[in-house]
Parts: sequence; C-alpha cells; structure tokens
Amino acid sequence: MTEITEVPSPFCGIGTDDLTIKVDGVLLKVIENGCAVNTPAFEQPITDTQARVSGQEVSLDVAVAKAAELLKDTKLPLIGGCATDVNGMRGLLALADKAGAVIDNMNFTGARNNFLALQDSGWMNTTLAEVKNRCDLLLVVGTDVEAFAPRFFERYLWNKESMFLEDTSSREVIYLGRAPSGTASTSPTGKAAQVLPCAIEDLPEVIAVLRALVKKQPIRVTSVAGIAVADLQTIADKLLAATYGVVTWGAGALAFKQAELTVQTLSEMIKDLNNQNTRCSGLPLAGKEGDQTANQVCGWTTGYPARTRFSSGYPEYDPFLNETKVLLENGEADALVWVQAFNVNAVPPETNLPTIVVGRSGMTFTKEPDVFIPVGTPGIDHAGHAYRMDNVVAIRLKKLRESGLPSTAEVLNAIEQAL
Amino acid sequence: MLIKLTGGIVYDPASGIDGQQQDIYIRDGRIIAKPADAVVDKEYDLKGKVVMSGAIDMHTHIGGGKGNIARTLLPEDHRQDPVYRSDITRSGCGHAMPSTFVTGYRYAEMGYTAGFEPAVLPNNARQAHMEMGDIPILDKGGYVMLGSDDYLLRMLTAKKDQKAINDYVAWTMTGAKAIGVKVVNPGGINAFKFNQRKLDLDEQNSHYGVTPREILRVLATAVKEIGVAHPLHVHGCNLGVPGNVQTTLDTIQGIGGLPMHLTHIQFHSYGTEGDFKFSSGAAQIAEAINRNKNITIDVGQILFGQTVTASGDNMRQHANHKHASPNKWVTMDIECDAGCGVVPFKYKDQNFVNALQWAIGLETFLLVNDPWRIFLTTDHPNGAPFTSYPHLIRLLMDRSFRNDMLATIHPEAQKMTTLASIEREYTLQEIAIMTRAGAAKLIGLKDRGGLSAGNWADITVYTDNADRQKMFEKPDYVFKDGQLVVVDGKVVSTKWGTTHVVKPEFDASVEKGLKDYFDRYLTMKLGNFKISDDEITEDGRGSISVHPLQGDVA
Repeated sequence: MTEITEVPSPFCGIGTDDLTIKVDGVLLKVIENGCAVNTPAFEQPITDTQARVSGQEVSLDVAVAKAAELLKDTKLPLIGGCATDVNGMRGLLALADKAGAVIDNMNFTGARNNFLALQDSGWMNTTLAEVKNRCDLLLVVGTDVEAFAPRFFERYLWNKESMFLEDTSSREVIYLGRAPSGTASTSPTGKAAQVLPCAIEDLPEVIAVLRALVKKQPIRVTSVAGIAVADLQTIADKLLAATYGVVTWGAGALAFKQAELTVQTLSEMIKDLNNQNTRCSGLPLAGKEGDQTANQVCGWTTGYPARTRFSSGYPEYDPFLNETKVLLENGEADALVWVQAFNVNAVPPETNLPTIVVGRSGMTFTKEPDVFIPVGTPGIDHAGHAYRMDNVVAIRLKKLRESGLPSTAEVLNAIEQAL
Repeated sequence: MLIKLTGGIVYDPASGIDGQQQDIYIRDGRIIAKPADAVVDKEYDLKGKVVMSGAIDMHTHIGGGKGNIARTLLPEDHRQDPVYRSDITRSGCGHAMPSTFVTGYRYAEMGYTAGFEPAVLPNNARQAHMEMGDIPILDKGGYVMLGSDDYLLRMLTAKKDQKAINDYVAWTMTGAKAIGVKVVNPGGINAFKFNQRKLDLDEQNSHYGVTPREILRVLATAVKEIGVAHPLHVHGCNLGVPGNVQTTLDTIQGIGGLPMHLTHIQFHSYGTEGDFKFSSGAAQIAEAINRNKNITIDVGQILFGQTVTASGDNMRQHANHKHASPNKWVTMDIECDAGCGVVPFKYKDQNFVNALQWAIGLETFLLVNDPWRIFLTTDHPNGAPFTSYPHLIRLLMDRSFRNDMLATIHPEAQKMTTLASIEREYTLQEIAIMTRAGAAKLIGLKDRGGLSAGNWADITVYTDNADRQKMFEKPDYVFKDGQLVVVDGKVVSTKWGTTHVVKPEFDASVEKGLKDYFDRYLTMKLGNFKISDDEITEDGRGSISVHPLQGDVA
C-alpha cells in the first residue's frame, strides 16, 4: 500500500493537483482534497480487463483485428466521444486520417457556443492563476460553477493569500441567470454572492441590456426578464469600477438556441470594458471529458477543433454537419468508434451500426458493442497530459497503479496499424 | 550504409568553404571524412548542384498556445489551402498558420531541417513541446519567455542579487526544456494586467516600480553568466509604434555591451517623419548594429498578403486590434507568467504603412554589413508565413527584381525609402551564413549548420538558377540526419527530429523560494510544473539533444 501525493486530476477541469491517493493493488482511495467530481472518478473500480468481441472475451490482438476489419470497408466511420489524453488524441487522429473518419468530441455541441463566437469576433480571456491573484469581481453567467467544479471557489477565489489583493474575502461574486446550488461562492467571512435569477433562455436579452449599459447606452425599459434594469446598471457600474473583473460561463450550460450570440455579446462587452480604462477578462469553464485536450490536439494536427471529418482526404471542419447525432440520425455514418477513457457513464449513443468501444474499464452497455476494448484511464493507469479549462496549462498526469490495462493510444495505434 | 554526394558545389561558411567542388560522405546519420577503401552503398551525382547544410529558422512560431489560438481563429484561411494525406504524409492545412505535420513537410520541402519557437511561456511549455513533437522531420527547440513573470519582478523589487536571478533563470530553462531565453515587451505584458497601456524603456511598472531597461540588463546578464550560447532574445518595447527607432537605439545603448539579440527588428525601426508621420529608421538601426558587435538581429520581414500575428505582447496586440483583418482577435493574460495576443493581418502593397514596412525590412537586410549577425525571418507567421522565404531570398539576391517590386508599392512609400539606391545583392554564401552557419552558431548548436566531418548530415541540394525564388523553393534533395526526406521539392520519407536544449546548473536551494511561491500564488505544484525528459521521449518519437554551455570543456 502506498500513498501518492500531489496527484493531478483530469476530471474536474480546473487542474486540481493536490490530491493524496492511497493505492492498494488496483484499489484507489482519495484521502485528501477529494471532491464530488474527482473522488468517484478516481475510485471507480476496474471491472473488465479483457477485450470482448460480440460479448465473448478475446485477446487484445483479436479485438484489434476485429475492429480493423469492421472499419476496413467503411465509407464514413464516426469516432465519437474523443475523451482521452493527448497521446490518445494523437492516436485517434492518426486513425481518423487513415480511415477517412469523422471525429466529434462529445462536449462539442456546448463548446460550439464558444467556438462560433471566437471564430467570428474573438475574445479577451484569462487563466486561473490570474483569477487567483487579481480578480476582484467575478460575474457568473447562467452557470452553476460549484456543480461543475466543486473546488473552484476554494482554490481560486477564497485562497488565503493573493499577490495583488489585500483580502481575498473582499472579492465580489455576482450570479446572473442561474442561482448557485450551494454556498461555495460565499466568502470565508460569510458574504454571500449576489444572485439575479432569470429564465436561462432569457439570458440573451439580459446580457444585451447589460452590454448596452456598459457602453452607456440609454435603456428605456425598467425591467428585463424579471430583472430590474437598475440592478443591471449596478452590475455594469461594478464591472467598470473593478480593477480586474472576470466573467465566467459554461458554454454547455447556456442551453438555448444560438447561445453563441450570447457568448459573443459577453465577449464583446468584455472588450468594451477594456476600452473604458479598466481591465476585464473572460473565463470559459470547460476541461471535462478531455474536451479541451481534444480541441487542442485536433487544432494543431488539422487546424480545426474536434468536430472535423477526413473523408475527403483532408480535414474539413463543420460545427453542425459533423455532429454525432446528425450523422447517426441521417444515416451518413456507417460505423461508430466510441472513445471514452474517463467516464464509465458516458456510453455510446444507441445505434445499429457496427460499434467499437474503446472505453474505461467498468463501462456497461444496454446493447453489447461488436468490439469492446477496456482501456486504462489517463492519470490513473498511465501517465499522460490533459488540458484544463483555461486551455493554457496541460497538466502532467501520473500513473498511480499497475493495472495492465492498455492506454487509448496503444489501442488506437494498433487499430490504425492493422487497417 | 555509406552515402556519397559527389561533385557538388559546396557552400559551407562554418568551414570557410565558399562555392568549392567537394564530395561529402555520410554514415550513420553523420558526415564523415573520406573513408579509406570503403564501399559506397549509395552515390548521388551532384555535379553542378549547389550544396548547403539544412537551413535553420532561428525564430518561427511553430509551437505553443498562441499558435493554436491562431489556427482555431482562422478556419476560412485553412479552407483555401487544404493538404491531402498521402501514403507517407498526414493530412492537414497550410497557408498562414499550418498544422504541425504540414509545417514539418513544407519546411523540409524548402530545405529547412530545424526551427526554433521563440516564445515558450513556462506554464505553456508542455504545449509548445507537444506541438513541436508533432512536427515531423525538423529539429526543434524553444526560448523560454521571462520578464513579465511576477516571480522575476518580485525578485527585482526585493533587490535580489544577480546570482539569485541566474539560478531562477537556469531553473526555469531546465524546467521548461529551453535552449534560450526570450523577453517580450519587458515588463509590459505584466503592466498591461495593471491596466497600463504602454511602457517605454524607462517607464516604471505601476505595481513593481521596475523598468524595462532594468529587466533587460538583469536577464541579459543572467543568460551570459549562466553560459547560454544564445544571447538574450529581445522583443523590445513599443512594437509597431511610430518613433520606436529611438527606443530600439536606446535599448542597444542601455544593454551596456552585453550580448543581445533583437528580434523582428523591422517592427521596431519606425520614425515619425514625412506627411504620414511614419518613416524608415532602418539606416539608423543598421548603423547601430554595424557599430555594436554585441548585437545580433533578425529582421521579421513583412510580405504582402493575408497572415495572422501571434505574439506574447498582449499590450501591443491589444493596441493593434483595430487593424485586425478579418476583424476578430484574441488576447489573453496568462498564469502570472505572460500573455498573448492574436490578430489577423492583411498586409497590402497599396497601404502606405504596410508598403513602407516592407521597404524597411529590406533596407535593414541590405544595410547591415555582417551576415553572421543578421538572420532571415518573417517572424512566421507575423510578417508572412515561412513559405515565403524563397521569395524573400530572391528580393535579397536580385536587385532588378527588387526594384521591379518596389515600383509596384504605394507611391508615397517609394518616396520614403532609399531601397532603389541600394546596390547590394546577397551572395549564396551570405544566404548560407544567415540561414545555416550563423543561425547554428547563434543558437549554440554544436553539430548542425555545417558540412564538415562530425556534423549531423542535414544537407540540402539545389539546382543553381538565376531565379533564386525557384531555386530555393524546390531543392533537388534534402537529407535529414542522413536520411533522404525530400526529392524535387516533395517529401519522399519522414522521420522525427530531435529537441535541442541546454541544461544549465543552478543552486538547488532556488526551489525553496519557488515552492513557497507556487503553493501560495500559482495553480499547480512545483513538482508538476517541471517537464521531465520522458514527456518528450515516451512516445518513442522524440529525443533530447543537450548542447554545451559556454565555458564547458568540449
């Protein structure tokens, strides 16, 4: 039995790397600095260690050969999930290039709200260490931050010391749209966040008014979506008065049509603030299920984010037409490869297509896939790299135990070689 | 296997060979002396061909977060240059900010065998190395960025001595796997976080009270005292600001004779004369370079067309965003370390400022006398994509072509440049110095950039052609570590290059202060920050080549 300290997590998206984990054979127990997201993800037991073809246990070689056979004569295989580490994505993209596949990260429909805004007008963003040391005002838009990452406030807002704030507990937190599910955003001195709730689908209107107020445009109405314009004026004034304001949102939490326009309005509002003699930055929440990792590696390998097809012999990005759901519903895809090394509950979508699952050991299926290859989890069963939410820091994941499970990269490289 | 390259005309400035017919022998990836009675396994007849070592780009943005932001920002640019997969090459995209695989292929297809990323943020160094790890064929390396990091500025405010700073710089280089140190808008990226919008050489950071001049001095001293071959790599204050020629001259004077490399100096050579209050400072800069032997420069030539600028200098990039074309841009503040700014640009020959920028770059090339102290760059992709190098070489080597081009740019810009009167044409040997021997010497690569026995066999073979653009865009052969990778300007096989680093020594006690700082203020543990060798080598493709420090016994 050993204890491993300073363990980084690929699960929470905020790059926690202070976990202490007790390792007993292949059993893990988080004994320090766990949270509702990380603890179960680390402690998930290994169930399968053997690959299966049509439900029958086989050797890895046989499973790989079968996967290659299923992919051999396909016209448009779909590689979904795309939830793995950097080397896993390298292998995945090599396979996709060779097989002429579409690749689609499972969080892309949410992330698309950010990409469309980014690719249309850009943004001014920041990273977690800047938040930790500089942020004096945090505006949370339409997102329950602590449900997303339970330790966000503890690590990056209520840290004991910061380089540029006398007293971190004097930071101000404002929720717009959605109320927090707990009290993590309440300061150590007991100051609760200000909450201005509205229906999530009314956020476009609310944010448009807020931006207008930041730009000092006259607003004639006195309330919008149930929020008094005077209250929005107060937020605008606080953003203008802040030394280093930060605006955060989860692209997936903005679950309404054309939410990219709301991300864009927020991002343009942040630019407006920076043109009015103060600093303000965006901080999109992400980094789960390897989403930032997938987009980064696909970005440098193809030029495009991780919703890209290779069926023409070169990468073609389309944030709508290359969506897993669309390709399955329209009958365009003719095989499914599901890659998910982090989350046993993120199972492949239901389909009658030939299905290959390269998944975390412990995954269970309502319909047995044609091929199931259990793989190790990056940061538990093998070393690796994962990007956290701010897309700058790639954390070095550690190997914690000897499980004998292959890595995603090993499996996908083997399938590519067999093709 | 013994390979013989027979009868080529060799330009090898590292050995003082200027256009002499010589045979070259290759065994086990390296150039060897003529072996006695050995059987040649493969011979290439190079009679009449021009032979140089593989070219080295000493400043090119090929790895790291800002480049990937630039890629993500510009899908429309990629769509105009799709790159198909082949049996031996991966698919990708080209033009302004090519995908990693295409970066490797296209550099190799121009005869380049190494490229160095000049702006590696310590906290983003993993990404820089991972991206460069996916660039085939080329060797690579990085200069780690310091000077706006809060740790250094705190040290300066606390009046820590030079030894402590040297230890910190050496520690950071080792942790980030770097071969050089760069400073970008010294202290300015940090000042932008405190809402300062400009920072002159002697202007204080509003929080720390430290000036860019002090930062440059202390870092240049550290680099020299640690023994790093590559002098402090400086992207100066006031990039792009009319009148910044004076800042640049003051920067040269202020470094007090210490070795210093001024990068993309074209962007820092602007005066304020003329009707448009924008003029060329190239003559003054060139004069200062010619006089100060401690200074080296690369040009950062602009060439007309669409590109994207990606820089650590978020202060200046934010100020420049109004020139974004297409109108979209990104800036980031990063990890109490640095920042970045990505702004697409379309340089137009009928725009007065762009036209004069073009002329200023060329004036600089032609007025600096010593080719060992000036390097051919476009600051890829900031001035133009690296694929424009053959065109740039023709502009330098062919005066009548240059003057033909000059006659097509904005007429007011033509009046504001002395370019038409400059007769100089670069020779093949001078091109070989700028792009090979000089670059290897500047970076401190011990066995690259030359063709004498003992060097790695990175070799490019061209067919001599009066049209230098045609000559340099399509080499007959390129060998990388002795492997034939390009024939007639097309990749015929691929391999993986190495990562060049230095490993300077430091007092282990430096980690005491750093550990405390990481725990209190940063977002990861000190131990998780440091990049281990196996992160570069574990996938079986990468390798690390450690180069000696000055003062080491060879």
